[in-house]
Formats: sequence, structure tokens, C-alpha cells
Amino acid sequence: MSKSERPNPLFRNLNAKIASIPMILTASVIFVGGTVWTVFYSFTNSKLLPRLNFVGLDQYYRLWATPRWLISIENLLIYGAISLVFSLVIGFLLAALLDQKIRFEDTFRTIFLYPFALSFIVTGLVWQWLLNPDFGIQHVVRDLGWTSFTFDPLYNSSIVIYGISIAALWQGTGLIMCLMLAGLRGIDEDIWKAARVDGIPMWKTYLFIVIPMMRPVFITTLVIIASGIVKVYDLVVAQTSGGPGIASEVPAKYVYDYMFFAQNLGQGFAASTMMLLSVVIVIVPWAYLEFGGKKRV
Amino acid sequence: MTEANGTSVSIQDLSLNFGAVSVLQTLNLDVAEGEFIVLLGPSGCGKSTLLNCIAGLLDISEGRIFIKGKNVTWEEPKDRGIGMVFQSYALYPQMTVEKNLSFGLRVAGVARDEIAKRIARAAEILQIEPLLQRKPAALSGGQRQRVAIGRALVRDVDVFLFDEPLSNLDAKLRAELRVEIKLLHRKLQNTMIYVTHDQIEAMTLADRIAVMRGGIIQQLDAPQTIYNRPVNRFVAGFLGSPAMNFLDGQVEAGPVFKTDGVSVPLDRYVFDGTERPTGACVLGIRPEHIAFGDAAKSMPFSASGSVEIVEPMGSDTLVWTKLGGRNLSFRVEAERTLRPGDPVQIGFDPVRASLFDAATGNRL
Amino acid sequence: MSDQAVTLPASAGAVANRLEASGPRGPKPRHVFSRRNIFLYGTLFVVAVYYLLPLYVMVVTSLKGMPEIRLGNIFSPPLEITFEPWVKAWSTACTGLNCDGLSRGFWNSVRITVPSVLLSIAIASVNGYALANWRFKGADTFFVILIVGAFIPYQIMIYPIVIILREVGLYGSLAGLVIVHSIFGMPILTLLFRNYFSSMPEELFRAARVDGAGFWGIFLRIMAPMSLPIFVVAIILQVTGIWNDFLFGVVYTRPDTYPMTVQLNNIVNSVQGVKEYNVNMAATILTGLVPLIVYFISGKLFVRGIAAGAVKG
Ligand SMILES: Nc1ncnc2c1ncn2[C@@H]1O[C@H](COP(=O)(O)OP(=O)(O)OP(=O)(O)O)[C@@H](O)[C@H]1O
Ligand SMILES: [Mg+2]
Repeated sequence: MSKSERPNPLFRNLNAKIASIPMILTASVIFVGGTVWTVFYSFTNSKLLPRLNFVGLDQYYRLWATPRWLISIENLLIYGAISLVFSLVIGFLLAALLDQKIRFEDTFRTIFLYPFALSFIVTGLVWQWLLNPDFGIQHVVRDLGWTSFTFDPLYNSSIVIYGISIAALWQGTGLIMCLMLAGLRGIDEDIWKAARVDGIPMWKTYLFIVIPMMRPVFITTLVIIASGIVKVYDLVVAQTSGGPGIASEVPAKYVYDYMFFAQNLGQGFAASTMMLLSVVIVIVPWAYLEFGGKKRV
Repeated sequence: MTEANGTSVSIQDLSLNFGAVSVLQTLNLDVAEGEFIVLLGPSGCGKSTLLNCIAGLLDISEGRIFIKGKNVTWEEPKDRGIGMVFQSYALYPQMTVEKNLSFGLRVAGVARDEIAKRIARAAEILQIEPLLQRKPAALSGGQRQRVAIGRALVRDVDVFLFDEPLSNLDAKLRAELRVEIKLLHRKLQNTMIYVTHDQIEAMTLADRIAVMRGGIIQQLDAPQTIYNRPVNRFVAGFLGSPAMNFLDGQVEAGPVFKTDGVSVPLDRYVFDGTERPTGACVLGIRPEHIAFGDAAKSMPFSASGSVEIVEPMGSDTLVWTKLGGRNLSFRVEAERTLRPGDPVQIGFDPVRASLFDAATGNRL
Repeated sequence: MSDQAVTLPASAGAVANRLEASGPRGPKPRHVFSRRNIFLYGTLFVVAVYYLLPLYVMVVTSLKGMPEIRLGNIFSPPLEITFEPWVKAWSTACTGLNCDGLSRGFWNSVRITVPSVLLSIAIASVNGYALANWRFKGADTFFVILIVGAFIPYQIMIYPIVIILREVGLYGSLAGLVIVHSIFGMPILTLLFRNYFSSMPEELFRAARVDGAGFWGIFLRIMAPMSLPIFVVAIILQVTGIWNDFLFGVVYTRPDTYPMTVQLNNIVNSVQGVKEYNVNMAATILTGLVPLIVYFISGKLFVRGIAAGAVKG
């Protein structure tokens, strides 16, 4: 009856499919394929080159018996807790201050955010210099007369991870502040008017009305901070190279060193699989909360 | 398939599902050459969806679509011989009016002087010549919509599709452009399929109106027929402002309509079928068909009551009273000063009423 | 209030007159030095100083000579300004065997950043457009994988990529790193573009289809010209991100193709030789200069970029 043929479904939308080839390859080969490959090879005893010599969970037993890995995990937990708590609190407080219809808001925001434009390497090196006990803050304070003053976090194994966190907070809180500020600005003006008419003090309005309303912003921010924590690497390399000794090692550095220096690929794979696992533990509950209830993607 | 009776658009057993949701169900519609069809229905009933199917912007699940006798079911939109005007105008913001109008022609590789000729013609018809070098942002809503119509015009198509083209405009402009679209149709004699949920647009523009609900065409008829003889209670209630009055009751042998102490003789009522139904039913009567005062007394049915509420509407006044315990509204001239509590005499001719089955809602 | 009183009836006017005799009137006075303002601006000022201090110290250190650094205080301004550390950092500082300063790393970074930014944005914008406007079966599955992939630690994908690049002969080359950056930029950029194109009115896209434009025609002639801001946002995001990258640089390049960050770290943290803090700081500023310039020029767009990149990650 009609001459037009039903087009072959494979060729429908052909251009869109062509345009998506990079995404399809990246998603399937790199993200899925790469992850599966690494997890798979973490059960082998690959050394310099990947070998299919299965040793079961040996790499994991060894990993969890290695002091350097244990310290890495401990550092990551401390660093993570500090980053989460302080960047959320400071970021929110700064955003709340900037939200008071102040003058020079743009200037202040520019100042708080500029460190975020800098790389972790640059950040790490600056703070390495500032915290240098012979020239930096400790030296300056001692010169002022307080000769017993000690502030050398990067050279003290027991607190080195806190020293690294200082630099991380300096670099990252501006971003959190910006996200929070956007969240605050997204809140209906009328809420403030209503609270004012009802005579509710400002801090109570923030605590009991505004913050609960910003739940989605907090969750997003939390996910961003959390995924950044696991990846921390360059900052440590720049500031301490993991030192003193192995006091400031982190998992990402462990992976890199075992893969590319210690020529112990199996350990690297096992360690990176553990990193993946930790992310899954964070992400899955979040994804469940975000997308689980409602059916939408 | 089409016979040579000048069918312009023919839709056969069209179904469309979005996943599990069925939006259109085995829908059939034949539009004659040069006809102005209005698709009317409440929000979400599938009007835009149907229009997008005709345009080829949505892939249909079932059925066939013919335009000018050619099966276009699987054709690209550009090959269907249609032009489309959108509610949000959908003008390309970064292009001038002229570039907007010529975009389709340039894509199709039409010669430069031909493009110029067609733009000049469209601009003249729509009186947008002075605007040609402006960007859409510098136009008023009415001007934008003219340009959007112009974009369909220059493509020299057989069928125009309008998706609520006037609903973003204010009331005054809407009335103006409504007239212009009517004139345009008279001039061009193209087939036009026009989606709206504004019943005045539907009544004034359409040769035939298709009233839709839930993806199904309820009634397809000339505006007067739809207005006077709605096929079911939904159509009756959807058209007309102020809305039709409905009285629940029974039809009894006679035939006569009975409800709480009121009985309306139905001798003059034109039943749909030949048999005389009995049982629960709904009687519908439009406010403007209810006579009042002395005129009411001469009607086959009349009753008395008292005024409950008065709503002045400017040109006339809507008065609410009670009949058989139900609210009933009727129209009186604006000069009449009735006050709540005043006694009134009302009446109507059952030939103007509509009877619907209480269960199915279908016209009796 | 008195204006109103004039129009009031006599009795009400009397009341108004009595009310008018005392009490506040006219605009509420604003105290510039209220406790609230002192606290507010004081806090902001102190925090701002804290944020600016490292930048200040970097700059003054880089302008001092080594003797002055040894004797003085890192916060004091230079007594004698010298640009020698900058010259040295740029052109003669040593990393390993090469002693041609950071300039090598700078040009490597340029040669990495420019193609990476262009390639990643080209891929992601077209892909985002396809996802937003030309949905096809299965597209969403890959998209979800892509977005989830953005949260997977890179460490787990590093080695398989090494193998792939080695197989195709690009391991250690700039081209290989460009590909890696395009891959890892894809999730966030695709999300950015997809969301942007989805927010554009669907009717515009439909109008263009009725006008007969195809996949590429609509993208190049309608969508892309309307999306300049989002392209700028993407460029900002990518330039700073790629310029600041360290991990991929170390893994996928060789010493002579190291990007600037890697080279900087090698200069500053090299164990041989005498530490020249002024040169180190000059080198650090030089490395941070490109993203800082991008940041200060782009202003609000940068904020929008990171917000767009961050929200709905
Ligand atoms: N892409 C889609 N996916 C799922 N459902 C859809 C989609 N588009 C439309 N629908 C549903 O199809 C139904 C019909 O939509 P349509 O836009 O055709 O309504 P309409 O009659 O044009 O309404 P309006 O007068 O508001 O424009 C609606 O219930 C709508 O929710
Ligand atoms: Mg619609």
C-alpha cells in the first residue's frame, strides 16, 4: 500500500548513536571493563606484569597485614572526618555570613573561592612552606619572643595528617561555601519574612527552618566532599610525600606506589579494589536515599 | 487507501503509548481538504500528542497516518508537507526574523531568489515586513506568534498544525489573532488542524471540532451540533461558559423527566434512538436556554423559585436559583436588578435540553 | 504620617496629631557601626586575611633573595625586590636531567590542555545533545554507568588504561594523556550539557525538525549558538581541571612530557641540592597562574561552572 519501508531499528537515530560511541566505549570498556579487570586481577599474584596466577584472597590478607596500609586507612578516616565536619560547618557559616546582604559580597566570595582554582600540588607546596618550622609560622612566632612555641605539623608523625587537612580545608571550603550560598539563595524569600513577622531569632530560623530545607544541598555537598576524600593523593605527595616515614600515607598513594614503583601489581589492585569498596559503601546508601524511593533517573 | 474525495489527513487506528501509559487509543480521524479542524479537550487529554504524531515528531505505536493520500507513517517531519506553529512560538532566538523564516528553506537548499519571494509574500500576508531584521527577543508576543505562523507559511505546505498558538497571549491579542487566523484560512484554503483548550477559539474557528478526553475523540461535529446536541455528558459540560446545568432524575413513561417534585414533559424532546428509554438519567440545560419572568410562563416547562445568588458579568448577569433541590443558573440582561430572595419564574423548552444516561453519560 | 492626617476626617485627625507629637518618623536610621555590622565585617575580614595570606607569602617569598629569607620572616615584605627566582624557576631550574626550568612543563601543559579541552567538550556536547533530544534505547543505561563511573576512584581504572594505551602505542605520549583527560572529563561534561540541552524548550527542537534540519544541522545551527554560556562554563571547568591534574600526568607521561604540576613537584621536592625557597615559590606561582587568571577573568561564570558541575553529581 505504501512505498515507505519501516526503517531498520538499528539505523534509526543513527547519528545519535554515532555521537554516543565515545560515551558507550568509556562506560563499558573503561568504567565497567577496567573496574572488572582490576578486581579480577586483584586475586592474582601479578608482580611487574599482570599474570593470571590465582592466589585467592592472599593479596587482601597481605594488604591488611601491612602497617603502611593500616596507617593509610587511619589517615583517610581522620582526614575524611575533618574534611567533612569542618568544610560543612565553615562552608555553611561563611555562606550564612555572605547571605546577610553585605557589601562587597563579590569581593569576599572571590577571595574565599580562589584557592579552589589552584591545584593540590600548588596548595600543598604553599602550605609546606608556611608550615616549615625553620622559616614558617613557628619561626615567626618564636621570633616574636615565645621561644618554646611549637607548630610543625608536617614534621610530627602524630599530627601530620592534621597539617595536611589544614591545606585541604583552605583549598576546598570556598567551593562548599558557594554551594551552600546557592542553596541559601534558593530558599523562598517569604520564609525569612514569615520568620521575621513571627519574631523568630535569626539563628533559630537557620537551625530549624533553613537547614532542614537545604537537605538536598547538604546531601549533594556531602557526596562531593566524600568522593574527593577518597581520591586524595596530590596534596600528600606535594606536602610530605607520605612522610615523615610513612606517617601521612593515604590509600591512593599506596595504590600508585605499589603499581608503579614497588612492581607489585597484585597489591595495587587489591588496594584499589578496597578503595572502590569504600566508595560503594558511601554511594549506595546515598543513591538509595536519592533514587530508591521515587522511581526516576 | 483514500478515495478521491479530497481527504487531506487521514488517521487510522492510531495508538500511542509512553511506556506503559497509553495516551492515544485506536484513534480515527479524517480531515477533508481545506477543512479547519479544532482539537479541543482538557489538559493532558493527548491533543498535543496527536498533533505531534501527525507531524512525525513522535513515533506512534500502532496505526497509520495518510497525508494527501500518501502513507507518511514513517516519514520524517520535513517530508510530510506540514507546517507547525507552537505554543511557545519556538523561534530560534539567535536568528533574525528573516533568518527564522528562511531556515527551513535554506536547509532544504531552496534557491536564494525563491526564498526571498516566499518571505516577501509571507511577510506581506502577516504584516511583519518592518520586523524582518529584528531578533525574536525584540518582538511582542503577538508579533512573535505571527512570525511563527510565517515560518509555516513560507514552507508552502498542505497542512498547517497549530498547537495552542494563542494561549501565551493576553485576552485582547488572542481575540485579534483569532480573527487573523480565520482570515488566513479563508485566504489560503489550507487544511488546518488546531489544538486548543479555549472553547471560544474552537467555536469561532472550526469547521468541525473534535472533543477529546483521555486520548479518545468523544465527538467530531460542527460547532453548533456539538453545542446543541452533545453526545455525552462530558462534552456537554466541557463546552459552554457558564456551564450547562445538570439535574439528576428519572425518565418515566410519557415520556416525562422527574426529580424531587419537578416534572418536565419530554414530548418535544428529540431522542437519539427510536425507543423511549426509562430509568435514571441526567437532564442538561444551558443557562442561556432558560427563560425568565413572563417569557417563562409560555414555555412547555416552567416553575417558580427564588433568587439565591446574582453574578453580574458585564454584558449580562448570571442568576442562581434552585430547582428540585439543585442549583440552577440562568442568564438575564444586565439591566435586570434582581436581589437574593426575589421570587422568580423560570422555564425552558425541552427541545433545547439534553438527556443523558446516568450510568454511561451518553445522550439519550 | 502627617500627610495622611490632613486627609483624615476631623476627629481622626485629632488622634493622629496626638500620635504625631512623638515617636519615630521617616526612614529608620541605620547604624553603620552597629554591633552586628562590626561582628559581620570583622569576621569576614579576618577570614579573608586567612585566605589571602598564603598567596601573599608566596609572592613576597618569590621576590626575596635567599639570604633575606634565611634571616627574615616569611610575612615581611622584601627589602630588596629581585626577579631572579622567577627567571630561574622559568628557565634554569633542574628536574632530574633537564635543567630548562618550568618552561618545558608549561608548554607540555599547554599542549595537553588545549587539545584535551577541545576534544572533551566536542565529545561531551554532542553526546549531551544526543541524550537530551534524540533519546534512543539503551542510551540511559550507558549514561547512568558514566555518571556512576565519575565516583569510582581513578586508581581502579588506571592500570587497564595503561595497558590499552600501550597496546595502541600511545603510552607516555601527550596524545595518550589527551585521551585520558577526555575520558575522565566525560561524565561531568556530558551531565552538564545534557541538563542544559534538556532545559531548552522542546518545541524549539521540534520546530527545527519540522523545518527539516537533521541531527547535526540542529546541533550546529540551533542548539550550539544558543548555548555559548554553557560552553564557556565547560571550558573554564576543563582548563582548570586539566591544568591542575597531577595523577594522570605522573602515570601517563614520561619525564620529557611531564605537565607543569608534575614538574613543579619534582623541582620543589627534589632531594638533591640546596633548597631555594624563593625559586620554589616563584615556580609555584607560575604553575598556579593559569587557573588563577582563568578564575579572576571568568568571575561569576566560574562559580556557575563549579555549581553546575557539582550539583546533581
Ligand atoms: N514524554 C512523555 N512521557 C510520558 N508521558 C507523556 C509524555 N508526553 C506526554 N505525556 C502524557 O501524555 C498525556 C497527553 O499529553 P499532551 O501533551 O498530549 O496533552 P495535551 O492535551 O496537549 O494537554 P495540554 O492542554 O496541557 O497541552 C499527558 O497525560 C502527559 O502526561
Ligand atoms: Mg499540549
